[in-house]
Amino acid sequence: MKLIFERSVKGRRTFQMPASTFPKRELPEALKRKTAPRLPEMSEVAISRHYTKLAKQAFGVNSGFYPLGSCTMKWNPRINEAVAALPGFARVHPLQPRDTVQGSHEVLNKAREVLCEITGMDDMTFQPAAGAHGEYVGLLLMKKYHEKRGDFQRTRVLIPDSAHGTNPASASMVGFTVTHIPSDENGCVNLDALKAALDDTVAGLMLTNPNTMGIFDPNILEITRLVHEAGGLNYYDGANLNAIMGWVRPGDMGFDVIHLNLHKTFSTPHGGGGPGAGPVGCKEILRPYLPQSHMGEWDSRRPDSVGQVRAFFGNFLVVARALTYALTLGKEGITRTSGMAVLNANYLMRKIEPYFPPYYNRICMHEFVISLEKVKKQSGVGALDVAKCLLDYGMHPPTMYFPLNVPEALMVEPTETENRETLDEAAQAFAEIFEAIKNDPDSLHDCPKTTYISRPDEVGAARNPIVRYQFD
Amino acid sequence: MNIPKNLKYAATHEWLQVDGDKVTIGITDFAQKELGDLVFINLPNVDDEVAVDEAFADVESVKAVSDIISPINGVIYEVNEALMDAPELINEDAYAAWIVKVKDVTGLENLLDADQYADLISKEG
Repeated sequence: MKLIFERSVKGRRTFQMPASTFPKRELPEALKRKTAPRLPEMSEVAISRHYTKLAKQAFGVNSGFYPLGSCTMKWNPRINEAVAALPGFARVHPLQPRDTVQGSHEVLNKAREVLCEITGMDDMTFQPAAGAHGEYVGLLLMKKYHEKRGDFQRTRVLIPDSAHGTNPASASMVGFTVTHIPSDENGCVNLDALKAALDDTVAGLMLTNPNTMGIFDPNILEITRLVHEAGGLNYYDGANLNAIMGWVRPGDMGFDVIHLNLHKTFSTPHGGGGPGAGPVGCKEILRPYLPQSHMGEWDSRRPDSVGQVRAFFGNFLVVARALTYALTLGKEGITRTSGMAVLNANYLMRKIEPYFPPYYNRICMHEFVISLEKVKKQSGVGALDVAKCLLDYGMHPPTMYFPLNVPEALMVEPTETENRETLDEAAQAFAEIFEAIKNDPDSLHDCPKTTYISRPDEVGAARNPIVRYQFD
Repeated sequence: MNIPKNLKYAATHEWLQVDGDKVTIGITDFAQKELGDLVFINLPNVDDEVAVDEAFADVESVKAVSDIISPINGVIYEVNEALMDAPELINEDAYAAWIVKVKDVTGLENLLDADQYADLISKEG
């Protein structure tokens, strides 16, 4: 399809502006740009059609099943949007006098209360704009804690080999070095390796539980105890919180600091590039280091704050959506949500099992991992081919080649919002693909056949990225 | 599988050409096949120290980013900058596309020879 610049016609306009009644003033020469900005010139209807066409070529939760592992692509209830659009929330300014935005402050305070209750934390900041930003801020709290105790030699962060790539990246950004902890035969933290890695140079452990295999680590209390005994802190990556809400709390598992992905677990917009929200919650011991002004007022009682990490209150309307979601569900609904997410994952895992058995064959939490390693050796069909083929069945592929410690991995997370019929259809798709691999494996290399673009040149795009329009 | 006899190997799929206390390191043909088409390499600097079991570079394929682990201790004295613009050289000939040259090397004792490495990947592969 044509790019928007290719549809541009010089002089074409969307708005006809009336002639200005103000006298014309010239800018000083030094402030003028030398050439006009090269923006596409189009009519309103052409713009609308252009983006509608693009939207039709994309795949979203509105289009079909979207079991993208670790991303929790659940349905975002429309009531969230209705609440976020209320003028009292949408048309406020952070510099408005505080007494005119009491409702917005109440939203932030209520959200803090609700999310602290769900996670077992004592306080929370909503400034971080996304999950990785949250990790960064949480690790800053950890670092500050050790520095205030004079524990300057604590420079290492322990991270399991199944962790999200953002964990080691965030730790490096904060100035820590990363020690990887291998998984045991069940995909959980290898306790012996953990013990061997623990000493007085460890600042803490970063963990997501359930882990990226979709397995709840049964040794979690011992893991967090060992880290605490070595003088370290425990960081909980909230990526997989959708599996445990209302059932068990990170705070009770021994975690000291967490981040949440509101755009995953709490049904705020996701996958469109944001805005997201990665609130950071912490236990009392870390409260003094929380970002300043995180609830709108400079708090002179917290001189040890790591400082402000984003303007004002973070992405406030995202928080408004998340609070709407939590309050709509209520305590029982929140608990049931996680229960259904786990049930759906186990149901689909067992339906697929005859064709593609799970990598760790045990009850999973909200997601499960299959490995195409054997299939690939026998047939040449790998995780990439199966993922591409699923597009022809009207479903979004699962996460591929992650976690890194599973060869030819596909990671499936159905979420609680899918019904049994959808899961059955997905299982049927896997079954048919399995048959195709047996009968005509080469045909899978040509998938997908029904999408607008079949197989983009991913290698070429990564090696020679063209990230803006190439004007003549 | 292409496993030259004159090189030493590490279980983390690096090859080493040992010349006294100087060593040239790259990744094996098996490793480049497993990774697939490489699109980016993150190289260290000259004078950086490398240590056993620590990452000194990383490569990115369309699938994932993977660390390159040092099997030895030493100090880098030369880096193959050509890989920055053309990481595909590793895919084309993994044994010609060396990554770093290291001097003052210690820790050579635990390396594998070609037969041992062939054994290892026949189990993995």
